[in-house]
Amino acid sequence: MFDQILQFLLTGVTVGATYALVALGFAIIYNASDVVNFAQGEFVMIGAMSAIALSASNGLPLWLAIIISILITVGVGMALQRFAIAPARGASVVTTIIITIGASIFLRGIALLLWGKDIFALPHFSGETPIHIGEATLLPQNIWVMGGGALMVIGVHYFFNHTTQGKAVLACSCNRTAAHLVGINVSRMMLIAYGLSAMLGASAGILVAPITFTSYETGVMLGLKGFSAAILGGMGNPMGAVAGGLLLGLIESLAAGLISSGYKDAIGFVILLLVLFFRPSGLFGKASADRV
Amino acid sequence: MSIIKTISSLAVSAILTLTGSQLMASETIKIGSFLAITGGASFLGDPELKTLQMYVEEINAAGGHAGKQIELVHYDTGGRAKDAVKFAKRLIQKDKVDLIVGGSTSGTSLAVMPLVAESEIPFISLAGSVKIIYPVQKWTFKMPHTDAMAAAKIYGDMRKRGISKVALISGSGGFGKSGRTQSINLAKQFGITIVADESYGAKDTDMTAQLTKIRDTDAQAILNFGFGTGPAIVTKNVRQLGIDLPLYQSHGVASKKFIELAGEAAEGVRLPAAALLVADQLPDSDPQKAVLLAYKSKFEAAHGPVSTFGGHAYDGLFIALDAIERAGTTDKAKVRDEIENTKGFIGTAGVFNMSPQDHLGLGMDAFKMLEIKNGNWVIVE
Repeated sequence: MFDQILQFLLTGVTVGATYALVALGFAIIYNASDVVNFAQGEFVMIGAMSAIALSASNGLPLWLAIIISILITVGVGMALQRFAIAPARGASVVTTIIITIGASIFLRGIALLLWGKDIFALPHFSGETPIHIGEATLLPQNIWVMGGGALMVIGVHYFFNHTTQGKAVLACSCNRTAAHLVGINVSRMMLIAYGLSAMLGASAGILVAPITFTSYETGVMLGLKGFSAAILGGMGNPMGAVAGGLLLGLIESLAAGLISSGYKDAIGFVILLLVLFFRPSGLFGKASADRV
Repeated sequence: MSIIKTISSLAVSAILTLTGSQLMASETIKIGSFLAITGGASFLGDPELKTLQMYVEEINAAGGHAGKQIELVHYDTGGRAKDAVKFAKRLIQKDKVDLIVGGSTSGTSLAVMPLVAESEIPFISLAGSVKIIYPVQKWTFKMPHTDAMAAAKIYGDMRKRGISKVALISGSGGFGKSGRTQSINLAKQFGITIVADESYGAKDTDMTAQLTKIRDTDAQAILNFGFGTGPAIVTKNVRQLGIDLPLYQSHGVASKKFIELAGEAAEGVRLPAAALLVADQLPDSDPQKAVLLAYKSKFEAAHGPVSTFGGHAYDGLFIALDAIERAGTTDKAKVRDEIENTKGFIGTAGVFNMSPQDHLGLGMDAFKMLEIKNGNWVIVE
């Protein structure tokens, strides 16, 4: 029984780490601009798909393909901000969110034209020999996912709390006008936020692509799960989003293993609804207060 | 002299076909189709459409079918049942097609059946579920083997290997669900006990939790019904967890893509599939061999690796055309009667013998039990 639970936990943490990275991307853009970027899942897909295209068809070494595809995705993220979000400055948040939904459909369409409808797999970074921990097993790639995820979370945390640029992005989210007045280049900070989110999404996509495979529409599901995770943890809190992702992964895995695999998604969503019912701002979100 | 003769006969035949096609120009055969060309089931709809287009083009270039040009009208359902109904309505009412060949998924096929019956138009479905033809519905026919046949084939093979306890894991989509139901229904008949019944979502990325549960049962084999990425992930997870049990997949993974995705983990996996995949391994005496090789080489020359799914579109198209030829008209009721009279049609899925009680017409022998060895399929019977 203990071995079973250990396996469920390992599975949950791996799946959760992916959700966490996607959720973190949601949280960063939300933090900087109050916008929920529904093209976040597409960043995941673009990262994974271009890494596969570069390494498989163009014969680049895996590490180079990964770096280039992350750069491509960051470029896409920044272009999204510059050409779709920025021109709509002054529009309501809802309008901007709808723009991101449109952008996600557009990006998916481009991917469909470029790479077709097939499902692809990226080679495992360091082999497929399972590692045994007691009776439970995990793949070297799972460690890559967890380790890579952890590194990125630490990096983001450091960026926001210990660098001037990071603090400037945060300042924009607190009060855009005030930030502008003290000389922060707000539009550049927005670019940084989108670029950073795209980088996180792409990294998540590349890290899990060897395990989960990828196609032009994988972003839809991951985007949705990442969004749920961000809501669960508290939308405005990056570390809350990470915790939400891990929690969602663990809930799904334990529900599938211990209760019923047929209802695992339902159980995940019921817990999400319960959390929202009792803590509308998420588990780790600060309750919002409007000054009158 | 002989050269002049050939030239003149060529000229005559050219004139004949020209005038022929002009005379018949007003009278085309209109075939309607709705397929899942995009979306999760695009691996079905995509080769199906390519097959239909390829053959319609070829027939038209050669002067048409019995002197009539064929017009193919097709729509993309994305695998959504409500779009299928919308497009079927458009095919019938606006495009006024003579018959419909399509419906990549069971969900889309089942959804249009009431409409087809009401409009009295022949419909040849390319989807798997047994519910499409059982109970028999007057206007609907179907090309692929049923999921019940797949389950029966797998159970037959399990019994031969002395397996009686089976762990079931299935996708939560229409195909997986229907396969699961058929597997549970048929188990008793074959003396099989289902010791675990797990499922996963179509887009799930990790099934180790479900498989860990299965590992701790006394199952002697694992049976997975599903298509898309699911079965490939299940296969990899089974090996990752070090589960040594024989793994059976359904005909839903009968394409090279599955072997490519699952890689080494696919070695030893067994699945029932149409003979198309192993056409070159068939004995020359097999009546299907010539048809299969012809379709395979034609498809692969134009579009890359063949899958059984495009083959169903081939079967559907030619059964329809044969019926129209026998009926001598595109009158819907007469064509329907002739489709029902199809006897000894050698298709990619097997030899079809339809009857008023059987709108599929395939026997169990149409399925081959395959095992994946060295990245290829091998017949194990």
